[in-house]
Amino acid sequence: MAGVTAGTEVTVTLRLPANAAHVRTARLIAAAMARRCGISEGLLDEVRLAVGEACARAVRQHERNRCLDPITVEFAESKRFRVAVVDRARPGAGIRAGSGARVGGAEVPPWTDPSGDALGLALLSAVVQDLKVAPEDGGAGTRVSMSWPVG
Amino acid sequence: MDLTLNTRTEGQHTVLAVAGEVDVYTAPALRDRIADLLDKGQQRLVIDLGGVEFLDSTGLGVLVAGLNRAREVGGSLSLVCPQERVLKLFRITGLDEVFTVHSTVDDALADVQAS
Repeated sequence: MAGVTAGTEVTVTLRLPANAAHVRTARLIAAAMARRCGISEGLLDEVRLAVGEACARAVRQHERNRCLDPITVEFAESKRFRVAVVDRARPGAGIRAGSGARVGGAEVPPWTDPSGDALGLALLSAVVQDLKVAPEDGGAGTRVSMSWPVG
Repeated sequence: MDLTLNTRTEGQHTVLAVAGEVDVYTAPALRDRIADLLDKGQQRLVIDLGGVEFLDSTGLGVLVAGLNRAREVGGSLSLVCPQERVLKLFRITGLDEVFTVHSTVDDALADVQAS
C-alpha cells in the first residue's frame, strides 16, 4: 500500500465514502482492531475519539471541496498500533464563503463550520501523543497519522 | 441513527435528555432539537448528557452554538454530565469554563431556580 512507512505491516485498510454516517463505522472498526492488537482498555476511548475526529475532519474536508473520492483508514500493528486517516481533498481550498458551506443563505451546518475543525484538532492533539498531520500525494490530500503503545 | 432525544418539562425548565452517540452524523439532530425548543419559547434548557456514550467535537460545537443562541434570546442552557469520560472532553477543550455543568438533573434545576 503506497504511503505506508516501511517496516510496518498494514493489517486492514478501510475505504469509506466521505459521508458522516460512516464515521461511526470507522470508530467501531478502530476499537475492534485496537482490542485485537492488545491496546489497554484505558486507551480504547482515546482511540475511538481520535479516529472519529480524524475521520470527521476528513469528511468535512471532502464536503467543503465537493470531493467524491472515498477516505482511507489504514490500521497497522508493529511495536505500536498505528492508524492513518487519509483524505483526498486539497487542504485550504473551498473553505471560503460561497463554497457551498451556506445552504440557501441559511445557517452554516456545524460540520462545515471552521470552528468545528479547531475543536476537533484540539481534542486530537490532546488525546494523541504521537500525532502527525502531513500533506499526502504532493498536497492533494492530508494524512493524519497516530499511534498508541500495544500491551 | 444511534441517538435518542427526550424532552420533559420541570417547572419553567425544559430538560432535554440525550442518549447514545453524538457525532458528526447525529449532532445535527441535537442542534435542530435545541433550536426548535428555543424557537418555541422554551428558553430555559437543561441538557442531560447522562446517557451519552460518545461525544465528539461536532457535538461540543452544537452545545456551544446552543448556549450562544439561548443567551441571545435571554434564556439559559446548562448541562448535566455525571460521566468522567465525557467531562474530560469539556476540560480538554476549556469548555468546562464556558458551561455550567452539574452532576445531576436535580442539582441543575436547583441551581437555575435559585439564580
